[in-house]
Amino acid sequence: MAHLIKQSAVQADEWSQLARGADAEALTSATGKILVHVGDWLQHAASLADKDTQQIGIWFDSDDEPEHLGENCQRFALIAVNFPAFTDGRGYSIGRLIRERYRYQGELRAIGDVLVDQVFFMKRCGFDAFALREDKRVEAALDALKAFSQTYQGAVDNPIPLFRRRLS
Amino acid sequence: MYRYDDYDHTIIQERVKQFAGQTQRYLAGELSGPEFLPLRLQNGLYVQRMAPMLRICVPYGMLSSVQLRRLARITRDYDKGYAHFTTRQNVQLNWPRLEDAPAILAELADVEMHAVQTSGNCIRNTTTDQFAGVTPDEIIDPRPYCELIRQWSTFHPEFAFLPRKFKIAVNACPDVDRAAIKVHDIGIQIVRNDAGEIGYAVLVGGGLGRTPIIASQIRDFLPEKDLLTYLEAIIRVYNRYGRRDNKYKARIKILVKALTPEGFAEKVEAEWQQIKAGPAHLTEAEIERIKQHFTLPAYEKFPGGSEALATARAESAHFSNWVARNVSAHRQPGYAAVTLTLKVLGVPPGDVTDTQLEALADLADRFSFSELRVTHEQNVVLADVREDDLYALWQTIKPLGFATPNLNTLTDVICCPGGDYCSLANAKSIPVAEAIQARFDDLDYLYDLGPIDLNISGCMNACGHHHVGNIGVLGVDKKGEEWYQVSLGGDSGLNASIGQILGPSFARDQMPDVIQTILDTYVEQRESEELFVDTFRRIGLKPFKERVYGASN
Ligand code: SF4
Repeated sequence: MAHLIKQSAVQADEWSQLARGADAEALTSATGKILVHVGDWLQHAASLADKDTQQIGIWFDSDDEPEHLGENCQRFALIAVNFPAFTDGRGYSIGRLIRERYRYQGELRAIGDVLVDQVFFMKRCGFDAFALREDKRVEAALDALKAFSQTYQGAVDNPIPLFRRRLS
Repeated sequence: MYRYDDYDHTIIQERVKQFAGQTQRYLAGELSGPEFLPLRLQNGLYVQRMAPMLRICVPYGMLSSVQLRRLARITRDYDKGYAHFTTRQNVQLNWPRLEDAPAILAELADVEMHAVQTSGNCIRNTTTDQFAGVTPDEIIDPRPYCELIRQWSTFHPEFAFLPRKFKIAVNACPDVDRAAIKVHDIGIQIVRNDAGEIGYAVLVGGGLGRTPIIASQIRDFLPEKDLLTYLEAIIRVYNRYGRRDNKYKARIKILVKALTPEGFAEKVEAEWQQIKAGPAHLTEAEIERIKQHFTLPAYEKFPGGSEALATARAESAHFSNWVARNVSAHRQPGYAAVTLTLKVLGVPPGDVTDTQLEALADLADRFSFSELRVTHEQNVVLADVREDDLYALWQTIKPLGFATPNLNTLTDVICCPGGDYCSLANAKSIPVAEAIQARFDDLDYLYDLGPIDLNISGCMNACGHHHVGNIGVLGVDKKGEEWYQVSLGGDSGLNASIGQILGPSFARDQMPDVIQTILDTYVEQRESEELFVDTFRRIGLKPFKERVYGASN
């Protein structure tokens, strides 16, 4: 199982992810905190109308568009973005859009092929939880989160680019 | 040139530390080969023919004498005593050991150098005119804008894993383009509008390789302070929608073509509207701060030009020829920009030894305010030489082999390392360049022909930019044998165009004759002072084709 890193510590994962393509039946029969693919949610939202939205999370694959959920993302307790391969960089843009454009404040989690040397970039793009692949060392990832003390461009973690800080 | 402050030093030093850790984890087996691959690429280390190479970044081609001497020392201590200037204004070490890479990067960091993002699927080194800041042609010095882009793109968290590599070039001359911006992923043409304000025409989707395409202009005038937000919008659209399923279709040019330039521009516009007023919008203060790094050196005043130069030219025809070819106009009266030729027979274009690097450093110190530039034609430029010193400079560099007066002529070949050095090659490229250089060694003939770009690549990857050579040569593989395809009419400048293939390819030993026939055709058909490329545009491929294939039948 992946190591879930949140607030510089490993935490238990309370969420169960439902595979893409889950039908209404699968969604309603799942119990506890469930992580639903954005496409399935958009299709079957009505069948989950009775469920507490704090028990529902949404996950995006790298080819999904955050525009489809828009600001509705704010209702959910968890949003996860899948990195099918660590070299697939679309998730970084998705993360920024969810935070910056759709002003999502809750937990934003990187899932999938999450390795040590990418978490710093993920953090900058708004991710605050990382499902580190299980063969990777947690301490190395915690170090990597602190790889740079300064950055040139603004991003989610610090929207003010260096050029605006340099002068103050 | 740009000097680091504490922030820049901190960032580059933290990078060195980060990569040392990554290398350690790789050597300890914690990182797999495929996982380490993009990390080392983004630190300039790539592997060819089993040995790693280290590509060192030279932002917009500028090097100080201190940096040159450090490079010389590094090639001695960690390599085989030579380095290679690439066609993208970078420097490459061909034989470093992976284990030494962190130490080399630390040595580079001491002199404000690095290898950040010189390879891999990220935003690469931004390139520009080798005469930036000194040419009378430009409307403004483009280097501060390149530096703004460099800082913004360095470790950009959103764009570290793009579908493919991404190259930006900037030009600030209205009538000439030495930066080849139309064959870059993004080309920025700095312009001034009717109100006198600085801004940019923005081009996207140019590129060479398997699918050569000339860039499309998607914006005619972008205001000066919108540079970074607009770049961010373009690259975000590319990052999200560029193809990732096929390496050969992953460059932005394929996306622009698929969406059409208009469709692509619309997507960029929609994205940009959302972010244009954000914190990445540039400030007057920042533009000024960066410009302060590119102020003019302490020029002396020379009213009325150099008498010494005129006298020396009158006395020596050789010197005068060299001045005519290798010395360029300067915005400061009494100064000139001098191109030193690095290409000599028997040595791969761009290769320089440690002692040559040190000689270049000495020349920069003595003649040009301790700075030098690397050109994409793999030569170097001393940008601020007093005209009074040109004769002394010429005499100093002649014995060093830096004064071949063939600049921009046929024998000033752009040539990739090819089959002698590169594992991807279909054919050798250097022997072709050498055979042509040996055949056409009569300078008067070369001068009569005028400027002709001859570009040679050993395979479809087009590192020798053969598509945009007036004469392009491409190595092809025919049943295990090395053959050469010739194209004509390419141009990397303002009127950029992709060359047209002449016809069936040739064996290596036919190449000098083929070139001779092409030149003969040009000489017969040209009108007065017409350039090769202009004659080609006027008469087309057919006369050349008939002569070459008629003649060889
Ligand atoms: S063009 Fe081909 S042969 Fe030449 S350097 Fe590039 S990859 Fe190698």
